[in-house]
Amino acid sequence: MTEISAQPETPLIQVDNLSCVFDVSKPWLNRVVEREPKQFLRAVDDVSFEIRKGETLALVGESGSGKSTIAKMLVGLLEPSAGTILFDGQPMIIDSSERMMELRKRFQMIFQSPYASLNPRWKVADVIAEPMVVLGVEKDSAKIQARVDELLELVGLSAADGSKFPHEFSGGQRQRIAIARALSSNPEFIVCDEPTSALDVSVQAQILNLMRDLQDQLGLTYLFISHDLSVVRHMANRIGVLYLGALVEIADSKELFKAPQHPYTRMLLDAVPDLEMTGRQRKEVEGEIPNPINPPSGCTFHPRCPFANERCEREVPGWTQTRFGVAACHGVGEGRIPAAEITR
Amino acid sequence: MSTPLLSVRDLVIKFPTRHGPLTAVDGVSFDLAAGEVLGVVGESGAGKSLTGSAIIGLLDPPGHIASGEIYLKGERIDNLRPEEMRAIRGRRIGMVFQDPLTSLNPLYTIADQLIETIRTHLRLSEREARKRAIQLLDDVGIPAASRRIDDYPHQFSGGMRQRVVIALALAAGPELVIADEPTTALDVSVQAQIIDVLKEQCTQHGASVILITHDMGVIAETADRVAVMYSGRIAEIGPVREIIQNAKHPYTSGLMGSIPTLAQEEDRLVQIPGSMPRLSDIPPGCPFNPRCDKVFDKCRVHRPSLIPVENREVACWLYEDTEARGAAT
Repeated sequence: MTEISAQPETPLIQVDNLSCVFDVSKPWLNRVVEREPKQFLRAVDDVSFEIRKGETLALVGESGSGKSTIAKMLVGLLEPSAGTILFDGQPMIIDSSERMMELRKRFQMIFQSPYASLNPRWKVADVIAEPMVVLGVEKDSAKIQARVDELLELVGLSAADGSKFPHEFSGGQRQRIAIARALSSNPEFIVCDEPTSALDVSVQAQILNLMRDLQDQLGLTYLFISHDLSVVRHMANRIGVLYLGALVEIADSKELFKAPQHPYTRMLLDAVPDLEMTGRQRKEVEGEIPNPINPPSGCTFHPRCPFANERCEREVPGWTQTRFGVAACHGVGEGRIPAAEITR
Repeated sequence: MSTPLLSVRDLVIKFPTRHGPLTAVDGVSFDLAAGEVLGVVGESGAGKSLTGSAIIGLLDPPGHIASGEIYLKGERIDNLRPEEMRAIRGRRIGMVFQDPLTSLNPLYTIADQLIETIRTHLRLSEREARKRAIQLLDDVGIPAASRRIDDYPHQFSGGMRQRVVIALALAAGPELVIADEPTTALDVSVQAQIIDVLKEQCTQHGASVILITHDMGVIAETADRVAVMYSGRIAEIGPVREIIQNAKHPYTSGLMGSIPTLAQEEDRLVQIPGSMPRLSDIPPGCPFNPRCDKVFDKCRVHRPSLIPVENREVACWLYEDTEARGAAT
């Protein structure tokens, strides 16, 4: 199966050296009076990855690691400070050119909270039809209506639900509506930003199953963002682990869980409470994510890393090839980190 | 058998509305032994937080206990006057809330809040109370506690704040701590730390814990027994390991199957069709019957009560015969 990756096919998404810097300075007068320089927060720091057609790449990380910022930049809701995004070989520059409008039809996004992402004053049918109308996919109102009905059935609701308002639905049903809306312009690529975090587990299972079925049926490509490692394991082919705005490891999903390389990935896996782990003795996790305004020098994980040495404090690590992916860690590169003890 | 630390009998919580009263918690009964950790899981709206609030006497009006009794060490506490309840709350029952930012007062230092709590309940001088406060902060793993005690809540990170909240809950040495979603607002790496601190400190102070959460993983690692709630009722209650490995109630087994795990490879998650009914239209009989794949006629008409099966209790008609057989032998 892994041979597929050897094909020289253009990836659907290619992200190179993407960065996003936010100006978090105090107002001008305060800065002058308090003699403080401007302050910047590097939310995303030099991130590169690619997503192949039909696969699911997941980004995991704790709050403040830059997951959602990357998602927003990918769909053009936020302008990158540096770096490029190629969509099927074409640069993504968000403007109103015709080329962009064509490209715009090919990707969509599903947001975290279905309570906030649906306009409460719009009927469900209008909500779902909006991308078709705005992007000019379909102009004929009868065809739009037919397509909306079809989409509602596709996500497991009934065509009659189109005339209702969002408040008449439960959280899980609303997320189905959000999925139907994302599908209405026939996109190839969908960015899913924590699509199930606001839902209860039994409903989460329904939505995750639905998303996988749709992927099989429609050949969709997903960027799946979540903080929940077990959900990610279930959904992704490959996983990228983010820490303080930078990718620290990218690997094949199964292998990442079997043999995590980067010390942060190991810590994260170790910390997840899991059903099968009743009464297990877990290693105490040290510390918390540092302030991203003043990140540590060298490898940003070094203050929490049990394997850190003086080189880690000094030098920013580059990529090291691992068996099933890459990791940004001096320790892994030098081979001084013992093999992970996780037996899953 | 000795008296349990906490005994909840047939608790019913109702909310009056224009269209008649809504029953949010309907006939919940359980016992909690001293030193035990009881996990309460369920989806939103299952009544788990309300049960916790009712025990500590913090139900928000118009919600009220319509019937049932709550006993703390054999002493009835659900019908106390507010002043009497205040002496129990904090002193004998501590509470840890979900959001550590809103459960601390931003205008007072940690020292003010801890010392106030300690001195309200224990006869200690200001200096002794401060000493105890520093000790508590030290115990919950706050570095340089003697210096940080004079900081304000905003100077602490989320995880550190939740540690402070745990210290506050334990300040007067309560016999019972109710933790309502204590880690939901935190990141995974911090969540693990907080669960460890909560469990370790409660064991050390000899407090029993009711851990309310929707995260089965947290319960699996922390609790001794678990109560699974559905539509305001307990569907199944028993030892954690047995319920996770071999759930009896169809809802519990569906719930366990729907949780993606790190350990096993599954292609599809088990999915329970539909969602939990609204409080206004809970179906007659078993509230789970419209979603249950093992439903039969009786489920649609008669409401099952908890039936002892092996060493647990299950509210499901499937096990009715087991009881009869058990009684016969």
